[in-house]
Amino acid sequence: MGKETSRRLSRRAFGRGAAAAGALVAAPALLRWRAGAAEPVKIGVLLPRSGFLALIGQACQRGCDIAVPVLKDMGYAVELMNADTESSPDVARTQAEKLIREGAHVIVGAFESGATAAIAQVAEQKGTPCVINIGSEPKITEQGYKFVFRNFPTSPMLVTNGLNRMKSFFETTGTTPKTAVLMHVNDTFGQSMLAGINALAPKIGLPFKIVETIAYDPKTRDLSIEVAKAKAAGAELHMVVTRLNDAILMIREMVKQKYEPMGVISPGSPGMYEGQFLKTLGKYADYCVSNVPWINPKQEMSQTLEKAFHKAYPDQDFDLNIGFSFEGIQICADAAKRAGSNAPQALVEALKATHIEKRVMIGGPIRFAANGQNPDQVSAAVQNRGGKPLVVLPPDSAAEKPVFPVPGWQQRT
Amino acid sequence: MLLANILVAGLLTGAVYALMALGLSVIFGVIRIVNFAHGEMMVLGMFGAWALNRFLHLDPLWAMPLVAAALFLAGYALQRGLINRFVARPEHMQFLLMLAIAIMLTSAMLMGFGPDARNVQLDYAFDSYDLGGLLVDKVRVLAAGGAVAGAALLWAFFRFARTGKAIRACADNYLGAQVVGLDVKRLYAITFGIGAACVGAAGSLMLLLVDVHPYLATDYTLLAFIIVIVGGLGSLGGALLGGLLIGLSEALSGFFIDPSMKSMFSYGLLILVLLVRPQGLLGRRL
Repeated sequence: MGKETSRRLSRRAFGRGAAAAGALVAAPALLRWRAGAAEPVKIGVLLPRSGFLALIGQACQRGCDIAVPVLKDMGYAVELMNADTESSPDVARTQAEKLIREGAHVIVGAFESGATAAIAQVAEQKGTPCVINIGSEPKITEQGYKFVFRNFPTSPMLVTNGLNRMKSFFETTGTTPKTAVLMHVNDTFGQSMLAGINALAPKIGLPFKIVETIAYDPKTRDLSIEVAKAKAAGAELHMVVTRLNDAILMIREMVKQKYEPMGVISPGSPGMYEGQFLKTLGKYADYCVSNVPWINPKQEMSQTLEKAFHKAYPDQDFDLNIGFSFEGIQICADAAKRAGSNAPQALVEALKATHIEKRVMIGGPIRFAANGQNPDQVSAAVQNRGGKPLVVLPPDSAAEKPVFPVPGWQQRT
Repeated sequence: MLLANILVAGLLTGAVYALMALGLSVIFGVIRIVNFAHGEMMVLGMFGAWALNRFLHLDPLWAMPLVAAALFLAGYALQRGLINRFVARPEHMQFLLMLAIAIMLTSAMLMGFGPDARNVQLDYAFDSYDLGGLLVDKVRVLAAGGAVAGAALLWAFFRFARTGKAIRACADNYLGAQVVGLDVKRLYAITFGIGAACVGAAGSLMLLLVDVHPYLATDYTLLAFIIVIVGGLGSLGGALLGGLLIGLSEALSGFFIDPSMKSMFSYGLLILVLLVRPQGLLGRRL
């Protein structure tokens, strides 16, 4: 009987037992919670790795891929979930939904404005943070989205920064052309740049007059007629808004037709700083100027990244696509670390408070305004010299001094 | 002088267009199959010339006969092994077959060469002849010279060679050709091979002017169709004339009106010819 009594469960014993059992049951959850803090943030990367934008999409992918080991060395844990948008906004939308369904904590993308608008919309609907690496359509950050953050200048910012940089370029070199001819690719990007130039040039007070504007088909096979027309205009400066293939065709024709303006300059478009342009045209690619956001060669972060990049991809270009894609991943990793959680709301709050001093691109620290846009982007003047695109302005980031007017085609060695 | 420069550039580009369209015209003229894989075959020829330059340092002009021979064999095998089975089938099945071949070729080129644009580095790529103010692009002169030589060879083959005459007989009267004992299947395969060789030669020349990537094909298929329809489907002279006219129309509309409207004028010319002379400028009456 006494034994039986001793075996009977007292209230105190029950309390101790319940506490122990509770602790046992809660332990895995606590362990999971602890592990959750150290769990790598899963970043869904959406880029056009096939289709007509494949070349640049793959470059951006390299920028994201190289971010993983570089950030790991800096103490950040990230895991990439990659998806191909196939250069199509519709595919971008379905791929973004799939990545979020499969557990992406944040999505990054998508290079092209249409695809970027699509993934931003999905992110907003699903309540998943979205960081735009490259994509300039201004409306994306003007419609009150709460989960969307962009570390790339909008089209108006690109044009304003580019034109201002052009102005300072001529002031620095001490030679200002009086007239210019503008040749531009006739697609959405080219048209928006043209509209921006026409609207902003008078406000900024460009020191030259655009005497002729020549639009051409983005899929052009031949620019001989367009270049002949530009030459006939007799302007001192050849201003361009190009993509890659047309930029190569254009310079080739300029050399053949012995068209020698004071210089070839872009207020902010791709093409002339790209590796294929430099490789194909050789000495004729030199001295072309692009006023674009660019990697700061004097920053410690960019030097570290460049070293890791060239080790991993010895034959690939280290350009702004790499820089902005790296920063996209860096922003997510930084937010996750500060949030101490990968929960969407915690990540959003951390993204809002972003302040990254150690960055790759030229410009102030990475931060986001209330609308999710980084307002502190600047454009550099990048001049091709000796087969490499080098920063010539702003002076504190410059690797070389700007040259203008440029040497004639046949005076180059 | 500026106008003369524009006219010369247009004519030289048109000559290369013409060689590209000749292949399409030859195949349709004899086998009556519309080759929707035409542009893809030309891009394959461009990649062939690029590979010969990259690995054997062969100038695309010297690579031209090799590329043409390789594409002749590929075209011969394709017709003999696959397309011959579709010759007597309804046209929509032929279209689908050629479209399938086109898509497969593009995918194969994407897998083999990737999406990047590729070009050849040549010493004379930036040279031009200065003829008293008239600037003539050396690369275009060489490409147009190759195109004219290719067209002349083709004309001589169909005019004087025994096989060429037999092919013409097949084109004129299919039943008659069978009755007199011509091996029509073999002749069709040779014809498709010749068409493919023309496209391969044009691809080698085009590489002098344009960087190659797999997505280039669709534009060239469309352009070749415009040229042969304007000149007359199945007519060799028509393809030449069509090429020169399209080259000139692009140059003149680009200069006098707006470069963005170059393609619009090519299509405008196409519609005009279809309205006024549906069989094409040098085509036989339908």
